[in-house]
Amino acid sequence: MILKPNLKDLKIIGFYLGKIILGLALTMVIPIIAGICFGEINPLLDFFISIEIAVLLGLLLIKFCHTDEDLNWMQGMIVVSLSWILAMILGAIPLYLSGHWKSFLDACFDSMSGFATTGLILVQNLDHLSYTHNLWRHLIMFLGGQGIVVIALSFFVRGFSGAFKMYVGEARDERIMPNVIHTARFIWLVSIVYLVLGTLALGITGIFNGMKPLSSFFHGACIFMAAFDTGGFTPQSQNILYYHSAIYELITVIIMVLGAFNFKLHYHLWMGNRKEIIRNIETRTFFATVIATFSIVAVGLAQTGIYPTATIFLRKGFYQLISAHSGTGFQTIYAQQFILDWNQLAMVGIILAMALGGAVCSTTGAIKMLRIGIIFKALQEDLKRIIMPEKAIIIEKFHHIKEMFLEDRIIRSALIITLAYLVLYGLGALVGMFYGNSFLASLFESTSAAANIGLSCGITDITMPAVLKITYILQMWAGRLEFMSVFAIIGFIVAVVKGR
Amino acid sequence: MKDNLKLLLITLFFIFGPKLGFSQGLNSNELISQGQQYDGKSIIYSGEAIGEVMKRGEFAWVNINDGNKAIGVWMSAGLAKEINFTGAYKAQGDIVEIIGVFHRACLEHGGDLDIHARALRKITPGKITDHKLDSFKVKVILGLLGALFLVWILSLFKRK
Repeated sequence: MILKPNLKDLKIIGFYLGKIILGLALTMVIPIIAGICFGEINPLLDFFISIEIAVLLGLLLIKFCHTDEDLNWMQGMIVVSLSWILAMILGAIPLYLSGHWKSFLDACFDSMSGFATTGLILVQNLDHLSYTHNLWRHLIMFLGGQGIVVIALSFFVRGFSGAFKMYVGEARDERIMPNVIHTARFIWLVSIVYLVLGTLALGITGIFNGMKPLSSFFHGACIFMAAFDTGGFTPQSQNILYYHSAIYELITVIIMVLGAFNFKLHYHLWMGNRKEIIRNIETRTFFATVIATFSIVAVGLAQTGIYPTATIFLRKGFYQLISAHSGTGFQTIYAQQFILDWNQLAMVGIILAMALGGAVCSTTGAIKMLRIGIIFKALQEDLKRIIMPEKAIIIEKFHHIKEMFLEDRIIRSALIITLAYLVLYGLGALVGMFYGNSFLASLFESTSAAANIGLSCGITDITMPAVLKITYILQMWAGRLEFMSVFAIIGFIVAVVKGR
Repeated sequence: MKDNLKLLLITLFFIFGPKLGFSQGLNSNELISQGQQYDGKSIIYSGEAIGEVMKRGEFAWVNINDGNKAIGVWMSAGLAKEINFTGAYKAQGDIVEIIGVFHRACLEHGGDLDIHARALRKITPGKITDHKLDSFKVKVILGLLGALFLVWILSLFKRK
């Protein structure tokens, strides 16, 4: 029998949702400070309106739904699920008010794309967007990469057991430290340290590339946030092509790869355990799949003959591949060039890289390396069973921070999530094809949205149908939360309708 | 005198060049979608200079947006000096016309799709953009501030 959610459930959900919204409102102070510094009055007003709406909504929820009770699993998952939807709407308000988005749906698309660290865009006239709004675009990517709930856990929640339920709901099922709140704070520490170093590296390179110091460091900070959080937004419409710099591209490759690594791996590297990078199943799988997918892209591009020298080949072929595999979505070619200048084989290589993604407990989306590694190990185990004598006992192990036995429940969980991603990629591709796009282009764009990559082959455009925009929004949302919270909300709706 | 002659020659080149089959006026969409066709050919491309002029030794990169997409233009520092305004939030960039060689995947610049400019002509000078205070937004802010104050007062009553 399905139990109908009662008023108490709704109050608990509303209360914690209110706290998360207040956390989000607090982050809007940053673009407000930027607006004051840059003297951008109207953008400043956009953020005053948005912060007031967010605070009002947050306070109303906290006041009307006040409770001292802790969350259960279902409520925790629903809080996470709804907080991402509300974050999308609230984050879209200042964007829409800027006048650079054709409709509120378009602003919501970019807002979800930012929070989910996807990078697909529908913004108009980006080259004339204010510093304030541009900072917000990149900041939501940074916040989304850390996890919206992680923000609330870090600053607004003091030691309650429901914290872990929300943390897991945000597709972060690994605790780096014994306490989940300390884990959330560690994730912030790692990100802030890299933010300072990355901004310095990109800022100085920008100055050598002929940019003005202020603009160079602003671009540096924005590009770092988008690269480390494997997002893919950039302050200019040409994406990374704007900078025309090999060194800039090299630095972003390093940051993208760092962003694709597990925060737990970062912790062990910081603690001096450097061997972990060689032994870890995720990094091993990552390097193996990078080589495999790059081989496909390389063969495809060699057939086209468009990039005749090794340097060009790496700057175009390898760059797009790392961008795809790390889930970032930076481009040094125009979207249409995937279709027009690359061949289908090269595109398939990129689609595969996008579908695989980076590490779990990182800022990337997609199936992720741990699951791919586990599935590969399971396949290896089955092959051994066939080859070895029937009575032989086969025990397969893998190294992920510590030695772990390959148990059936681990394989099952990896396969279920992988299957869910494949279905999501396929569904989006079907909708894309319904609107007249080719199979490969539809699959490319759908995988990019669902795996939170952000590479585009040209389908994502303001002229695309609203249904397709909504499809991609849902894909970005479901892909980022890795389905559990999404399944929870579907279950909740079913319980409201059919429960007793 | 020398400068005037140079200016006259450039103007004549821009007026009669395309008619004599030297170059063809194209937009960003045509260049990207038919890159193979125009690769290595002399073309005319016009649009707004955006971002900033990035000087690289004797040369400079200027990204020119034709209203649809921006394309990087590689030019001598001398030509880049002609550009006074680049498009940003607070400025409308100079609208310029470029005559140059188009590259689908430039060998010199890491495979970038770019244009190597031979000549530049300013069509419309840029200017500082005047953003007037949006009074409607101010009213909305005040209205919301009132609502927030009301919630605060109500919460005080609730506590009592």
